[in-house]
Amino acid sequence: MAHAANSGDVAWLLAASALVLLMAPGLALFYGGMVRSKSVLNMIMMVFGALAVVSITWVVVGYSLAFGDDLGGGLLGDPGQHFMFQDMLDDVPGVLPDSLFAIFQGLFGVVTVGLIAGAIADRTRFGTWLVFCAAWTIVVYAPVAHWAFDLSSAHHVGGWMANRLGALDFAGGTAVEINSGAAGLACALVLGPRLGFGREPMKPHNLTLVMLGAGLLWFGWFGFNAGSALRADTSASVVFVNTLMAGCTGMLAWLLVERVRDGHATSFGGASGVVAGLVAITPSCGAVTPFGAMVIGALAGAICGIAVGMKYRFGYDDSLDVVGVHLVGGVVGVLAIGLLASSAAPQGVDGLLYGGGPSQLVEQTVAAGATLIYSFGVTTVIALVLDRLIGFRVVEEHEMIGVDLVLHAETAYDLHAAAGARPHFRPTQPGEEMA
Amino acid sequence: MKLVTAVIKPHKWEEVRVALEGAGVTGMTVSEVSGYGRQKGHTEVYRGAEYDISLVPKVRVEIVVDDADADEVVEAVVNAARTGRIGDGKVWVAPVDSVVRVRTGDRDESAV
Repeated sequence: MAHAANSGDVAWLLAASALVLLMAPGLALFYGGMVRSKSVLNMIMMVFGALAVVSITWVVVGYSLAFGDDLGGGLLGDPGQHFMFQDMLDDVPGVLPDSLFAIFQGLFGVVTVGLIAGAIADRTRFGTWLVFCAAWTIVVYAPVAHWAFDLSSAHHVGGWMANRLGALDFAGGTAVEINSGAAGLACALVLGPRLGFGREPMKPHNLTLVMLGAGLLWFGWFGFNAGSALRADTSASVVFVNTLMAGCTGMLAWLLVERVRDGHATSFGGASGVVAGLVAITPSCGAVTPFGAMVIGALAGAICGIAVGMKYRFGYDDSLDVVGVHLVGGVVGVLAIGLLASSAAPQGVDGLLYGGGPSQLVEQTVAAGATLIYSFGVTTVIALVLDRLIGFRVVEEHEMIGVDLVLHAETAYDLHAAAGARPHFRPTQPGEEMA
Repeated sequence: MKLVTAVIKPHKWEEVRVALEGAGVTGMTVSEVSGYGRQKGHTEVYRGAEYDISLVPKVRVEIVVDDADADEVVEAVVNAARTGRIGDGKVWVAPVDSVVRVRTGDRDESAV
């Protein structure tokens, strides 16, 4: 799939890809600050682990499944077509290098899988998680990315949602946000709640990290959204402005909900509101005007700010609110296109409130529903199979001690100098159990 | 000899230290502790979930003094630490059997 491109476009997409990569450590800090101090390193490592495993899986087979020629029905690409990127290394003047487009898309998968980790914090076996990352990329992420992102051209047949259905999803409200949220819910249900969920306090151990992580995510999100224009032009600029606006109104709306409901506007709410607004503008950033972006960000900030309380009512432990922020925010963003899309925006479509009729809203609803159902169903199967085969959750005692120490033999903070006595190096002997 | 132990509000610590120096106290041991008395804890809210935090941060000051100085030291701490609001803390005095200065081996009154 050759996109015409000049050197400016190529330079921008190289930079945008690196910005998307920065979202991984941003997400790691965002999540790491939210967990208790006994599992912060594990949380960070789950996201870094996803970065490594998903990137490799993508180059081997994931990209082919998502962007290879359609095997039929717009459901899946040809898995052997771009194996190891071996057919994508030739220099073709005047187009976006295939390898650049492919790895930009792969980093979207990294962020998507990393998001799921937040639903199963504090209690997941690390090795099983890495296996899950590879399996989920192949069975869930790549097909849904094919549906949503793989555009048909003269010599190429793409996915059903983007082409036959005609749903708009500029940067991943379906494939990234709804997908990760529904998968997070499935994993949280299979693993079950943390010990003491709903009874013991599980407050975030470091909100400074959460704020820093949210800031890095926002910075990286400009690569995610404005990079999805695949050109350095007006459409990328409008998307950039929209991405800023939605983050801003998302933050203020969440804070307003908190101020009215709880009496205080919190820093955690501010960070969460930014992310909720960014989630909702991800699919819609190319379809709306800056005013539309403000409305979408505000809707997402307010609705997600209310939705994060659902888990206590229904008793599922989506630990860091992947459902409340990414699934709900993703649905808000995907559906909002049907209402607020404007032909003045880069994608040039009018939604219901701009005189475009209800058809776009129907298409958006189908895309959101299909992604949600497929992701939730298939992820449940993957998680159940992995749990039966190799165990997905740590044993109770290890969960109480804390996964940092048990899984990684580390603790994040050495606040009591006397406890760190007698450091020495001793290579572990083969067959020796670690104490 | 007496051990004077004071548990006070953290932001009052500097005033208490100055008052103790004024009373001639030359050394003390200070630790950051947590606890609660009649004021109980406080409430924190994270993403709408309320947490009752029962333990409140406090500073504990420990001073070993001659019997004759104990009342003056207690007075100094109480006056410096008082805000008049609930949660100001407590000061108590306990007898000490023996003291050794590690560097010299001096014992009891000469070690205080």
